[in-house]
Amino acid sequence: MSDRWVAVLAGGLSHEREVSLRSGRRLSAALRATGLMVEEWDADASLLARLREQRPDAVVVALHGGEGENGSIQAVLEMLGVPFVGSDSRACRRAWDKPSAKAELARAGLSTPDWVVLPHSTFRELGAQAVLDAMVDRLGLPMVLKPDQGGSALGARVVREASELPAAMVGCLAYGETVLAERFVDGVEVAVTVLEGSEGPEPLPAVEIVPDSGIYDYTARYTAGLTEFHAPARLDPTTAAAVGELAVAAHRLLGLRDISRTDAVVAPDGTVQFLEVNVSPGLTETSLLPMAVEASGRSLGDVFAALVERAVAHDTR
Amino acid sequence: MTAPGSQPARQGARSLDPHLRRYARRTAGMTASEIRALFAVASRPEVVSLAGGMPHLAALPLESLSAEVGQLIASDGLVALQYGSAQGVPELREQICEIMALEGISAHPDDVVVTVGSQMALDMVTRIFCDPGDVVLAEGPSYVGALGSFAAYQANVVHVTMDDAGLVPEALREAIVTAVERGQRPKFLYTIPNFHNPAGVTLAAERRAEILDICAEHEVLVIEDNPYGLLGFDGQTYPALRSMDADNVVYLGSFSKTFASGLRVGWALAPHAVREKLVLAAESATLCPPTFNQLVVSRYLSTHDWKGQIKTYREAYRERRDAMLGALEQHMPPGCTWTRPTGGFYVWLTAPEGVDTKAMLPRAITQRVAYASGTGFYADRLGSRQMRLSYCYPTPERIREGVRRLANVLEDELELYRTFGSVPGREVSGPQAPSPDTA
Repeated sequence: MSDRWVAVLAGGLSHEREVSLRSGRRLSAALRATGLMVEEWDADASLLARLREQRPDAVVVALHGGEGENGSIQAVLEMLGVPFVGSDSRACRRAWDKPSAKAELARAGLSTPDWVVLPHSTFRELGAQAVLDAMVDRLGLPMVLKPDQGGSALGARVVREASELPAAMVGCLAYGETVLAERFVDGVEVAVTVLEGSEGPEPLPAVEIVPDSGIYDYTARYTAGLTEFHAPARLDPTTAAAVGELAVAAHRLLGLRDISRTDAVVAPDGTVQFLEVNVSPGLTETSLLPMAVEASGRSLGDVFAALVERAVAHDTR
Repeated sequence: MTAPGSQPARQGARSLDPHLRRYARRTAGMTASEIRALFAVASRPEVVSLAGGMPHLAALPLESLSAEVGQLIASDGLVALQYGSAQGVPELREQICEIMALEGISAHPDDVVVTVGSQMALDMVTRIFCDPGDVVLAEGPSYVGALGSFAAYQANVVHVTMDDAGLVPEALREAIVTAVERGQRPKFLYTIPNFHNPAGVTLAAERRAEILDICAEHEVLVIEDNPYGLLGFDGQTYPALRSMDADNVVYLGSFSKTFASGLRVGWALAPHAVREKLVLAAESATLCPPTFNQLVVSRYLSTHDWKGQIKTYREAYRERRDAMLGALEQHMPPGCTWTRPTGGFYVWLTAPEGVDTKAMLPRAITQRVAYASGTGFYADRLGSRQMRLSYCYPTPERIREGVRRLANVLEDELELYRTFGSVPGREVSGPQAPSPDTA
């Protein structure tokens, strides 16, 4: 048993609380198996007092959505001087806002499906039908609607007919005030975990996602058996290298740290297109990051235990 | 869906569930749900949850109960911790008969089967009566747990219209006739006559005999589920359907709302032949209901003023009901209507045209209020404009705050509706919902 002790933050008040609790439980068990002392803490009104009084050697943020990924919790940890695994608050903010991240990566020359970002107020003030028509003209159908922030595909919809758009908009806007509409790319969906070690960021084997329903929505993500995964993805070496390079580029360009997961799609023309990046990826039994870790021949506990040491060593960063 | 240069499938594909091909067809709907996941947030204290039907257990005399439980183990531990009869502890069954007498039921303890909550009774009743594809009738809306049992046994639910006076007899007759014409005589009518979950309405006394006559005429069994019957706010009880027809009614009762839900003690009262089958079904399901919990209930009934406790509960729930109705009047946007229960736990709210309460739930969670969206109370996807609001658990202050937040959520949703207009594809629940204006 190591004398290093770690607080895993899980739960929170975002829509992804349940997923986060599952991530936290799995990660904690994995870390304990490596000999670390681990406590699971919720991100609630008692958190600051606990951090101050108990001073864990490091914190691992297993919160998903909202405070856990938008940089808020990270900012608090930075203020208190508590070492933590994962990206700093500024990088989290850049990655959290999906349209901003897409724009930044597109400017740097990465491919990403064409998109528009529109708040509810635009539809209200300019007339919904006219704006929806313009969206269809620009992006074509099918298109993907998703909240501009958040994860686990909550509120995300693939719209195949124009008549489905109003209902999909309403469903999406229940999760936030702004919608990211994206051209749908009918290709091979992959998730690439980027892990930082002494050699810098490296991609783990890509995980290919093949949902039975064709759509990797919340149900397909969290019901074991409804999605088939291939790790490593069934890609030729050139394409496999390209998806890895894209994920590392996203990690570097957004200033991420320690670990991230980039979701991408390999288009029919062979281009690799960036979809979004996650600074606190899911760690549940059906999540993609643990599959990538396993495919790389490592264990989840060892990977995060090493990141804990890294966080402690770089306490002054 | 294959990229250039991709390779054919090979071993190594993972579905994460090696048992996938082994599951029964009835598990098809057992999947993760975006909406269910949101309820993890609803359990946090920051959220005012008007969703769950948790009884107000803080009103219980915990100290004296604690002493009673200690004494039970000290004096009767070897019995309390041992297996028991599949039918239930005899003395408890006698006490259950005394309770049922309050609603006019004359019954013999031999015809009572104690169950693990009345949910188990529902499961067993469905198991012994329904083959896959059989039709059962239920009010529209109906108790979500019953719909779950019916779905588990692959029964088809036909909803019957309610109004402010409960189940509509003519609608029942029509539903039966229609089903029979299709060659599917309904196996039973499942009904919650008193302080309905989720609708909050009560079957008018003058309709009760008519409902029983229609079912008897068409040879349809009646399953009467009555967990709330003693929780009328003015103390009034209604004659149980079982009190008017001992041969064609299976009665389900529960201590969950009148004593303690966590003990999971309920019961079924059934005609002799049915009771025999229920006992055998119970034996294969659980061997016996928990002896310890039954004896806790039995001692409580013997040593505590349980009628006084029910009165205490009633008063607490009336205060909460008043808080909810007052806040709804004060805050709800025009076009919302709701039932005005005279007992039980629930208000059934109908939102203005265009609102989809299921799609709206994430917005509500963001604003720290939760409710149960209406579609869960229908087997046929109706109920999208409705929601169930529970007033049983939060304090009156929290209820008022929750309703205030909910009103804001509805205002925002209505603005979305004004923006996007009629949203095709939404189910509209019309006549199946009780008429709240006159409740």
